[in-house]
Amino acid sequence: MALVQIRDVYKSFQRDSQRIDVFTGLSLDVAEGSFTALMGPSGSGKSTLLNLIAGLDRPTSGTVRVAGADVHAMSAAQLAAWRARHIGFVFQQLNLLPVLTAYQNVELPLLLTRLAKKEREERVRVALGVVGLDDRIHHYPRQLSGGQEQRVAIARAIVADPTLILLDEPTGQLDARSSQEVLTLLQRLNSEFGKTVVIVTHDAHAADKAKAVLHLEKGVLIERAAVGA
Amino acid sequence: MRYLPLVLANLGRHKRRTFLTTASVALALFLFASLRTVVTTIAAGAQFGSARRLVATNATGIVFPLPLAYAGRLRALPGVQAVSWANWFGGRYGDGKRFFATFAVDPASYLDMYPEIVLPADQRDAFLRERSAAIVGRRLLDVFGWHLGQDVTLQGTIFSGDWTFTIRGVYTPSDPVINDDMLIFRHDYLDERMNRAGFAGWYILRIDDPNNAAGIAKLVDDQFRNSSAPTKTGTEQAFNASFATMWGNVSLLMNTIGMAVVFAILLVTANAMMMSARERTGEVAVLKTIGFSDWRLFGLVMLEAGLITLTGAVLGLGGAKLLYRATNFNAAGFLPGFDVDGTTLAVGGAIALLLMLASGLVPAVRAARLPVVQALRHVE
Repeated sequence: MALVQIRDVYKSFQRDSQRIDVFTGLSLDVAEGSFTALMGPSGSGKSTLLNLIAGLDRPTSGTVRVAGADVHAMSAAQLAAWRARHIGFVFQQLNLLPVLTAYQNVELPLLLTRLAKKEREERVRVALGVVGLDDRIHHYPRQLSGGQEQRVAIARAIVADPTLILLDEPTGQLDARSSQEVLTLLQRLNSEFGKTVVIVTHDAHAADKAKAVLHLEKGVLIERAAVGA
Repeated sequence: MRYLPLVLANLGRHKRRTFLTTASVALALFLFASLRTVVTTIAAGAQFGSARRLVATNATGIVFPLPLAYAGRLRALPGVQAVSWANWFGGRYGDGKRFFATFAVDPASYLDMYPEIVLPADQRDAFLRERSAAIVGRRLLDVFGWHLGQDVTLQGTIFSGDWTFTIRGVYTPSDPVINDDMLIFRHDYLDERMNRAGFAGWYILRIDDPNNAAGIAKLVDDQFRNSSAPTKTGTEQAFNASFATMWGNVSLLMNTIGMAVVFAILLVTANAMMMSARERTGEVAVLKTIGFSDWRLFGLVMLEAGLITLTGAVLGLGGAKLLYRATNFNAAGFLPGFDVDGTTLAVGGAIALLLMLASGLVPAVRAARLPVVQALRHVE
């Protein structure tokens, strides 16, 4: 069963007097437990697609359903609560609040839950343990390497046990070694913990780690490639 | 409470800016409390006065004296039970920089006229016996470490020369608006030194019935209308109020300055909050992506503004209250009973609340309404 169902989505922007059509009737399914890489040149609509799935942006028309919920039928407040429960999001950079420690950054999604302080602490420690940074919990972002920062961001994305993890160019600013660490971690989250992962990337090496690769060209899905199993 | 570490961390982002903004709020509210207390203290002083006492001054102005010969004629008026007189002295003490209120009075009649000035009987007798004797308020005695029997020399400003008095009594006011750091000496000593016997600064009259105050005042003024020194007579409250208005329209001035300061600080605080919020556009995007709702972000920014203004209010208003109380401040005797009252603290608190709303509202609404996708451009 598809965890994400995108049906006949149109999305256009108005830039000055010019209308820019990003998607014109896009349909797509992302299976539960899959690891999908979304590739394509700049301006092809990858990040916009990710934003639509996360409920950060609204389609001009069409539907986006995630785990059975019509994402864009919800109010802003409902959407925020839904996002806190179902979505883990990682950006290319500047993911972390610089004034908070790794622990505090990872704890942020849990502040929105009813969990007591002790339970939150347990979860944060587990999440940081999963990404291999349990010895860096009191470090500030400026005291971490780029790869470590991204791993903290991933820990934050998984700490509330979301339905779906979305990553927008998570290795775009990393060196090869850090990039490898992050990709291995994502593979592990998918294979060991059964997390559904969608990653936007330019990096073919990163896409190789995915189970499925989707190519976007000017808002059109032009190729569906299955990688591995 | 669970969001407090996040809010405190944000405030600690630019420690110097946060400190300066908080200090600005504290200073503004300190000034507001101080200026407003000047107004309330003057108003309280103007409220003081027995309904049974009238004060007659020279109609030309309080700085012009009245003939001492008026005393007998005033005593003879129907409804007048007792008459006393006093004169402003205006001396300086020590290195010439220490100033406090000093009056020359007719000793026996003045102490009878003002039972609020409480003096032990033996000290009263000593004051009445010795021409160069003076009585001082308890606080003045404590401030300078004087003692009974000590000679104190003032440099006269209106009445020039060095004036030496012997402290023969220490009074305690029974009403807090009576200044307890005055020096009161004998009018006959002033007359003798100045060789100008026959003048008084103003007269105080005790009347039999407060309901007749207006009639008696008119009687007094009619009595001297065609003399070389016509009088202007009114209630003691009116006299105290006129003393206060010698400062000009103090209330308007103080309130205007106070509000101008608060408004200036409002702009400073609002600017600091907006700068702080603008710098964090990308972080707002991250928080919204995590699932922080618009209202929650609104609340977090308002909480930041609230913490700054609350801390500033506690420091500014609390500091004013404690400082003036601890130092027994009274503006060299001009503002007896100077104390930041509850109403001033409440108004200051309301201003702090207004500061919080005015400085926090714009950035808070901006953070709440910021479209995530637009904010994300700061991240990408």
